[in-house]
Amino acid sequence: MIYYKNRTISFLNSSILEGYSVVGPKENQGRFRGIFDLALQDDKFGQQTFERAERKMFEHAIDGVIAKSNLFANDIDAIIGGDLLNQIVSCAFASRKTHCGFLGLYNACATFVESLIVGSSMIANGLDNVVCVAGSHFSTAERQYRYPLELGVLRSPVTQWTATGVGAVILSNQAESNVPKVSKATIGRVVDYGILDVNNMGAAMAPSACDTIVQFFHDTNTKPQDYDMICTGDLGKLGSQILHDLTLQEGYDISNNHFDCGASLYYSDQKTYQGASGAACSAIIFASQLLGMLRQGNYKKILLAGTGALMSPTTSFQGDSIPAITHLVEVCS
Amino acid sequence: MEKITKQNYKSYVFDKMPKSSHWKNMFWAFVVGGVICTIGQGLIEFYKIWFEVEDASSLASATLVFLAAVATGFGVYDKIGRFAGAGSTIPITGFSNAVVSPALEFKTEGYIYGVGAKMFLIAGPVIVNGVTISVIVACILLVLGVI
Repeated sequence: MIYYKNRTISFLNSSILEGYSVVGPKENQGRFRGIFDLALQDDKFGQQTFERAERKMFEHAIDGVIAKSNLFANDIDAIIGGDLLNQIVSCAFASRKTHCGFLGLYNACATFVESLIVGSSMIANGLDNVVCVAGSHFSTAERQYRYPLELGVLRSPVTQWTATGVGAVILSNQAESNVPKVSKATIGRVVDYGILDVNNMGAAMAPSACDTIVQFFHDTNTKPQDYDMICTGDLGKLGSQILHDLTLQEGYDISNNHFDCGASLYYSDQKTYQGASGAACSAIIFASQLLGMLRQGNYKKILLAGTGALMSPTTSFQGDSIPAITHLVEVCS
Repeated sequence: MEKITKQNYKSYVFDKMPKSSHWKNMFWAFVVGGVICTIGQGLIEFYKIWFEVEDASSLASATLVFLAAVATGFGVYDKIGRFAGAGSTIPITGFSNAVVSPALEFKTEGYIYGVGAKMFLIAGPVIVNGVTISVIVACILLVLGVI
């Protein structure tokens, strides 16, 4: 690891061998239809409960990415990842089927990028292959954070729709030349601008996204134009507009090459208002679309910023504002 | 443009965010709420063929609760609620939906800790506040010597 300055570090040999994505039916009807490795017909995945369905999606994603990279389960040293449920049950329960190490992470919807940072650090410190995985499920998240599914309520126009899906990638120290690599990372800090409305997570997360992205440009002395794409996780449409305003104010215009995974996952007639949210957003889009573009050489260098709102229903009911975090990685082909 | 700071961020977001369309929401609440109440009145008239007025209204309420519970079970009521808002929440059918939806949701955790414990998750506050306020009102009326 080369230390840059402040919160940015760089990695020498963290190759992304393969990516695998499992998504729900609604996600596969959106803009990225057909690019995912497995799209479910039924978001219960043949299970009794939605929680078990989410767990099975994790198992599929982990097994899938290992098989796709022509590795064996024994070659994997650790699974690093998490989900949105309390006690990170989906990822942890899915990992009990394997015999490798497990590091459970939680940074809400920034978990996937956090897992890439932790995974790359583990690779730098001697592990051979690690699986980085994150995901979410609409029905389990809705129960934990909001209302029962069948309750008839009017949704606020600033709400987002938790994406159903799991994305996994394998990081490896194999120094192959033609695979994308995680080259730099900026660790986010917790930023709170006092937003109280739990529906408006885009607005709660945008200042944190701005903080980390600007910090990265500052630390590495780069500009938005140096990147083919600056991707954020799940700011949604409103959050993206706010991010453009905030970064412009700091002297960086990212509106030309910014892409928000959440805002673009669904078509607007799928009635999701601001777009998708959830740990799955950045994970499934990165493991399918972005990784594909990097491998084909369409993108040379991209930034992936995972944005997470760190509230719980308890803190919201107690009147606390929503703190947010954004982690960022630079991925080069 | 004024500089966005932590202090003025909330008002900046408020200006920027899309607003609910009050007229559209009120229109649909009026239409759907009105339709539900008209069905209720129709049921009262129907039951009046055989019963007294008071029994007929109780039966009409029970029928509406039953129909809303079935609609919730088939996943129709939440779709109506998504555009009708208060129009489908305020009538007795909304109460039925508020009880049945958590019951369905938490059935996976068993009939005691799931359905039994979580059934009144949404409707509980309505019952608690309804009972509390009716007791307070009854006390006031008692003091005034009305009862």
